Amino acid sequence: MSTPPAWSHYLPRLGLYAGVAAVLLLVNVGLPRLLNAYLLQILVFAACNIILASSLNLVNGVAGQFSIGHAGFMAIGAYMSAWVSVAYGKTWLAPYADQPCGPLVVSAYLMGLMLLGGVAAAVGGLVVGLPSLRLRGDYLAIATLGFGEIIKVVLLNVEAVGGATGLKGVPQYSTLFLVFGAAVVTVAALRNIGNSIHGRALLAIREDETAAEALGIDSAHYKTSAFVIGAFFAGVAGCLYAHYTQFIHPRSFDFMKSIELVLIVVLGGGKLRNVAIAAAAVTFLPEGLRQVKDLLHLQTDPRMVIYAAILIAVMLLRRERVLQAVLPRRKEGASRG
Amino acid sequence: MLVLRKVDVHYGPIQALHDVSLEIAEGEIVTLIGANGAGKSTTLRLVSGLVRSTSGEVLFENASLAKVAPHDIVARGIGQVPEGRRVFAGLTVLENLEMGAYLVRGRQRVREALEEVFELFPRLRERRTQRAGTLSGGEQQMLAIGRTLMSRPKLLLLDEPSLGLAPTLVQTIFGVIADIQRRGVTILLVEQNAHMALRVADRGYVLETGRIVLADTAANLEASPEVRAAYLGE
Repeated sequence: MSTPPAWSHYLPRLGLYAGVAAVLLLVNVGLPRLLNAYLLQILVFAACNIILASSLNLVNGVAGQFSIGHAGFMAIGAYMSAWVSVAYGKTWLAPYADQPCGPLVVSAYLMGLMLLGGVAAAVGGLVVGLPSLRLRGDYLAIATLGFGEIIKVVLLNVEAVGGATGLKGVPQYSTLFLVFGAAVVTVAALRNIGNSIHGRALLAIREDETAAEALGIDSAHYKTSAFVIGAFFAGVAGCLYAHYTQFIHPRSFDFMKSIELVLIVVLGGGKLRNVAIAAAAVTFLPEGLRQVKDLLHLQTDPRMVIYAAILIAVMLLRRERVLQAVLPRRKEGASRG
Repeated sequence: MLVLRKVDVHYGPIQALHDVSLEIAEGEIVTLIGANGAGKSTTLRLVSGLVRSTSGEVLFENASLAKVAPHDIVARGIGQVPEGRRVFAGLTVLENLEMGAYLVRGRQRVREALEEVFELFPRLRERRTQRAGTLSGGEQQMLAIGRTLMSRPKLLLLDEPSLGLAPTLVQTIFGVIADIQRRGVTILLVEQNAHMALRVADRGYVLETGRIVLADTAANLEASPEVRAAYLGE
């Protein structure tokens, strides 16, 4: 082993961190003054979608385990953290409301909740990850779909979290700084995982599980870990989402949300950077399309048509990348030689 | 180095190996020959931990492998080249090889292993940025062997390396197998092509419906009338 590098070696990196933090702080202070609440909310949703889609990309894109229940993990994180805030958090934080240190305390509290929501979702990820050891392709997709629906139905029937009326009165603790900070950290963390030996092992499993095992890769461990890590970040996003919208309902995390996330991963072609861009685009697009509807004096919203058209165009133009990223692999699918 | 002692293997009610005993000493090439369904691949799967024996024992360097997980068996120094190559088609040649070094820690050691593989297979060096799926069958076989060698195994398990290759490529692959032995790797070779296998091996075992029916030096087996009749097509 070489000697550890001098501290000055880390300066550029520290500078980068400081720079990112400074930009986020400026965004936090500046944007709320420039933009209206509507645009701010879209920005927050975009950041949440970036977190969700890039974590789904680890499961679907990198590890090749087709999952269509990602919204279920988001729901776990959202409900877990929102319930804590409604039941206890508001009373705990009340004394700090008018103090100068208030925003810091609230931020620290929310970070704790993000962790809590993430861990709760990760436990769910473990529950789904274990069957993934026995199920492949379409069957795994059905299992993850079922999991997402089970979460939704359970939440609909638990009165402690509002049941079918949803959970009201969640305090708005999410700030642009925290939401975008979490998005940056998530993308950076997933990027590092992807480039690490861990990510390479997942890639090998996606390409050919048998060959990966022959190289000494414990595929059961890695497949489960992909689900657990992916679910953790989805739970974090759920927490941020709940603490921005202030009201959550089981239907916010239904099958359509999962499909939207899969769509983003497809559009991103499985590459993290493109997935992040696609996440932002898919959040903004429907808002823009609403304008189109008004402009053309259409009776109905054209956005579903345009969504579908975009998806078909992507499938046709970049078919191989899409297939590679998302579709469950066929056995002997590697006969391209 | 590797000892199988009175091993039975069952797939459900069907017995695939009957009382199989064999031994491989360090530095040897030992070949298993036999017809389809004789139990050759089962023996390899047993050594790499993919199936378990119902009785008898499997010892590697004097330690039992009975309860060792497949990925830990790789870590102990048994590398398997799976049948039918199974390269990662979407990754480049270099990435495939790097995956092979999954268990090797330290950039320097990975680089050394890579250099060694490129010496054995100069073709892979030429094609290192190419996607593995676009290689020819022979090149994919080279890549599969090279990928396994990246983990620096002490014992190399080769399952049908000549499968589906043109005759000249078969010659090349077997030449490399001899080279690998010269570098100090012990090899267990399972092969349909008994002729080539016996030429490169030191000793051989003949399997028939799950039993070892002959065990001798490769030269003696090649000369034996039974083997000539049954496996060398004479």
